[in-house]
Amino acid sequence: MKASILDVPRGFWSLLVGMRITLTQFFKPVITVPYPHKTLPIPARYRGPIELTADPATGKALCIACKLCERACPSDCILVAGVKLKGEKKKSVTEFKLDFTKCSLCGACVEVCPCDAIRFSKNYNLASTSKEDYIFDLVARLQAEKKQP
Amino acid sequence: MIAPTDIPSRTNPQETFVLNLGPQHPAAHGVLRIKMTMDGEYVTRAEPIPGYIHRMHEKMGENRTWTQFLPNTGRIDYLSALHYNHAFVGAVERAARIEVPPRAEYIRVITSELNRISSHLVWWSAYLLDLGGFTPLLYAFADREKILDLLEAITGSRLTYCYFRFGGLCNDIDDAFIQGTRAFVAQMRPRLKMYRDLVTDNIILRKRLEGIGPISAELCRKYGATGPVLRGAGIAYDVRKVEPYSVYSQLDFHIPVFPEGDSMARYRVRMAEMEQSLRIIEQALDKLPAGPVMGKVPRVLRLPAGDYCYAVEAARGRHMVRVVSDNKDIPYRVKLRTPSFSNLSLYEEASKGMMLPDALALLGSLDLVIPDIDR
Repeated sequence: MKASILDVPRGFWSLLVGMRITLTQFFKPVITVPYPHKTLPIPARYRGPIELTADPATGKALCIACKLCERACPSDCILVAGVKLKGEKKKSVTEFKLDFTKCSLCGACVEVCPCDAIRFSKNYNLASTSKEDYIFDLVARLQAEKKQP
Repeated sequence: MIAPTDIPSRTNPQETFVLNLGPQHPAAHGVLRIKMTMDGEYVTRAEPIPGYIHRMHEKMGENRTWTQFLPNTGRIDYLSALHYNHAFVGAVERAARIEVPPRAEYIRVITSELNRISSHLVWWSAYLLDLGGFTPLLYAFADREKILDLLEAITGSRLTYCYFRFGGLCNDIDDAFIQGTRAFVAQMRPRLKMYRDLVTDNIILRKRLEGIGPISAELCRKYGATGPVLRGAGIAYDVRKVEPYSVYSQLDFHIPVFPEGDSMARYRVRMAEMEQSLRIIEQALDKLPAGPVMGKVPRVLRLPAGDYCYAVEAARGRHMVRVVSDNKDIPYRVKLRTPSFSNLSLYEEASKGMMLPDALALLGSLDLVIPDIDR
């Protein structure tokens, strides 16, 4: 009986304590960012869909079409093809398709690559209404990037 | 509150009705479906129907190499992905006798404990949403955001981490992470006190949870419930203490136990666990040795034939991975023992005779993650 009577002032006090916390919050600075008008910096290790890297000297893709990434991928989302050009020691990549609908961004391809030809991009604005938009042709993308530096 | 048993309608099937909770219901998390047979406001039978999000993770383990299964582990319980990473790499390391450098083990512990706090914060905010309180979510997610930012900077992802590798980690932590984590620990302590003032001591919450949904230690034993559910029933069972793995044996922390067995006890266990996790992180940062983060691993991983287990304390309880190898580069069997499945199993027995809002308070206090149940 005594405990239940004491419950009333104690309970009321606990509500006041809670309200004080809520009220002080009104005078604290805003911590949210009004996306998409403002965006936060993306960390260096952010894992976006993979992209090919180019040799800074020649501008050609570093990929030698060894297909190790194709084999390492757990979801079978990479397709690589390459040819051996005349006068070059290693193969050159002609086709590098990424099916991003299946990719889980695990990074197996990036880790297995013997010549650091693949890296994670920082691209995260990827909304689309059609599935075909997620089949990325990475060789074509690299060439397009080269044209407009 | 238990319904009186002498009401005649309780034995008459024509007086009851079926309430379908889920698979799409605002009060049910994820896609859990519970078929509730109700007698007015009282639950006479609550039958969980899992399987809506079954993705065959165990079967997937049987048709890909050991390394290729790694990203799957982060997607079983997406709220504590690093613990699941840890259990799988631990099982494989145990089988292949791969030595992990001490620095990697310490970083594993630090990141796992950060993950535990972020997981508990999600539980806390979702649970209070269930009970009708919206504001705590905003506070908890502001703190969780700091953890996600820290982990994103080193792992590259925010939720479904794939950071641990057989023999170590995929990359080292930097000074920014160490300083950021120290700053987070310092910030989090006053926040936990604020949580206590704002929510835990609140009379409305206490009246909703105290004495509601009692789960005895015997019931936990019957269904194999672990984690905060078992510790809220007074049993100090924690894999980090009873089967110490990684470097937990070198760290000083204690296991919060509350003997009441009600929803409030499970609540208090998780709140106290966050404090302990902060302690572990602090100590591990102090002891962090220098050195490599990757041990010697054979290029093509082939485990010797045999049967291997590794258990970790995930945020929801004991998570164990059992791998069976027949000396091929693909596992013969990957068995995942997940805590949410066992914790859900006791729900039918524990919720019998409860009022519907209390039964939901009990359901939330089990901290279920549906992909973890179905996997």
